[in-house]
Amino acid sequence: MFTPAHLRRTLRLAVKSLWLHRLRSFLTMLGIVFGVCSVIAMLAIGEGASFETQEQIKNLGSQNIIVRSVKPPEEQKVSDKSSQGFVLQYGLTYPDLRRLQSSIPGVTVVVPGRILREYVWNISRRVDCEIMGTVPWYPQMRNHPVARGRFFTEKDMEAAANVCVLGAAMAEILFPLGSPLGRDVRVGGSYYRVVGVMEPPAGVAPAAEASSSSKPAAHRMYIPLETARRRFGEILARERSGSIEAERVQLHEVTVKVASREAVMAVADAVKEALERHHKKKDYEIVVPLELLRRAERTRQIFNVVLGSIAAISLLVGGIGIMNIMLATVTERTREIGIRRAMGARRRDIVLQFVVESTLLAGLGGLLGVLLGIGIPWLVTWFANLKTIVTVWSPLLAFTISALVGVVFGLYPARRAAQMDPVEALRHE
Amino acid sequence: MSVSVVQLQEVRKAYQIGPVVVEALRGVSFDIRSGDYVSIMGPSGCGKSTLLNVLGCLDRPSNGRYLLGGQDTSELDDDRLSFLRGSRLGFIFQSYNLIQQLTVLENIEVPLYYQGLSEAESRRRAGGLAERVGLANRLEHKPFELSGGQQQRVAIARALANDPLILLADEPTGNLDSGSGAEILRLFDELHEQGRTLVMVTHDPGIARRATRTILLRDGLLESDVANEREGASRNA
Ligand SMILES: Nc1ncnc2c1ncn2[C@@H]1O[C@H](COP(=O)(O)OP(=O)(O)OP(=O)(O)O)[C@@H](O)[C@H]1O
Ligand SMILES: [Mg+2]
Repeated sequence: MFTPAHLRRTLRLAVKSLWLHRLRSFLTMLGIVFGVCSVIAMLAIGEGASFETQEQIKNLGSQNIIVRSVKPPEEQKVSDKSSQGFVLQYGLTYPDLRRLQSSIPGVTVVVPGRILREYVWNISRRVDCEIMGTVPWYPQMRNHPVARGRFFTEKDMEAAANVCVLGAAMAEILFPLGSPLGRDVRVGGSYYRVVGVMEPPAGVAPAAEASSSSKPAAHRMYIPLETARRRFGEILARERSGSIEAERVQLHEVTVKVASREAVMAVADAVKEALERHHKKKDYEIVVPLELLRRAERTRQIFNVVLGSIAAISLLVGGIGIMNIMLATVTERTREIGIRRAMGARRRDIVLQFVVESTLLAGLGGLLGVLLGIGIPWLVTWFANLKTIVTVWSPLLAFTISALVGVVFGLYPARRAAQMDPVEALRHE
Repeated sequence: MSVSVVQLQEVRKAYQIGPVVVEALRGVSFDIRSGDYVSIMGPSGCGKSTLLNVLGCLDRPSNGRYLLGGQDTSELDDDRLSFLRGSRLGFIFQSYNLIQQLTVLENIEVPLYYQGLSEAESRRRAGGLAERVGLANRLEHKPFELSGGQQQRVAIARALANDPLILLADEPTGNLDSGSGAEILRLFDELHEQGRTLVMVTHDPGIARRATRTILLRDGLLESDVANEREGASRNA
């Protein structure tokens, strides 16, 4: 019965009467505009944030289990009271490393790491840096590739060579002009030849990266584990509030690579068991990126539910605004309705006329809201430097729902218009 | 012999206002034949408008039968009645009842729109009708830019749009000065000559005499139904 031509003319009629009350239509639309726009913008910001977190977690490797040495909390108090000569011993050991490698099924590779906090110098330029003593296959394991040059090799490892790979940011600081490759940096009394520079890490340092040291350094430099052992020894002395505090830590970090994602949780339990058997104190922590990933996923779901509720409420409010205005319109145009009925309009013609009008109002509001909602994340990215992601479905969904709101909330006023007695309507002033 | 377009049989119309029942029509019967030009007269409140609303299918009788073109309207649902209003009946009101936001042309197109005419055809027909009532140069004007007489002519063009069986006019000259009123009545005469069926409510006996037949209502009852002798004279004047 309603042909496309019919619908087109109804649409034109609706545009006309909305245009007749431009300001009123616009103000009514604003309710929907802000509802839709805030939903899209918030979703985009939330999506961006969760994407970053997930990227960071993925960088840790979803097939990895990371075990870190942690200073046991009760020992901290003892060491504070103790005399200068006391050496606090804790954390992962080389026997731990061997056990993890050989006794747990499903473990493919194990990557140990020693972390030393030192200043790294290039003549007069200085960087406060975490020096990571590790193995040549570290980059593949942590999804952190080398940008220029190369990572150190097995040969460097065996020879305990004085070679190093710089973090991207510290390379910029130490060697602002020209390539650092083949140049030397100084740590304490020894020099290290720069063989490579890492890619900048995706995102900022995630919470999980906060290691045993009090504050994570912004920069990292990689040297062979063997070199770290020989040059720096196992006892680390650190000056804190006037007294010297000494720690003996063999390994700060061990990354365990699991054969498959499915096995990660089981291996994590096995690792925990293996460590518990040989450590009286809890001087280590186990980070499972896969678990973090799942938790982040859950957080995002909760966030989306909260957003969905806000969206529903704001669209409800917008819908009530539309219903209000449509009721006023129907009253105002009672006479017109009477005339149309006398000229042969059926009830459903009247219903269609008003529903198309309210849907158009809401749809236009939705469209404006979508445009604004896409624009705002862009501005946020531009000015606040926050990552935002506008997914394809969020504007589509928001727009569809807003148009639907127009239909639903326009239906009651339209039906009221259609139910009016033609004679009464014609008599209306 | 012309056929009956309208047959009213003992039509009653009662309004309930709280506990009081007002009977606006108390059993009215008459026929209107194709080509008739009927004027309805009577004192204020006697039920003329009510009768016209029943004839126009805007209102249903509470009792009795109303046959339009041989079809009993009491059996029809709202959609069918809407269809009859749009296609078989043409209304002309005292206060014109044009839609203020629409142009002359668009107002004439309203009944065509609901009969599902194509846009081009509807535009063409509306243009012809506007010309017919002498408003060819006012197509894009809004009603408030026109005089009362011109507005009423738009309303007549609109009433003619779907080539109805019968034209119903409730005091069509009631709001007009004698000059524009005379123009409207001349238009009615022309339509009558072309064979249209017209029903016109009026208070003016002089106007009523221009019709071929005058029905007098009193207190919801038909008092008299007489043919006008001066019909021929008035028409030739
Ligand atoms: N909707 C209504 N509700 C109640 N009573 C009504 C209604 N419409 C008409 N009436 C009553 O019906 C009677 C006839 O009214 P109607 O409008 O038909 O008179 P009329 O002959 O057209 O009068 P006028 O010449 O003043 O226009 C009046 O008594 C009026 O009060
Ligand atoms: Mg009346």
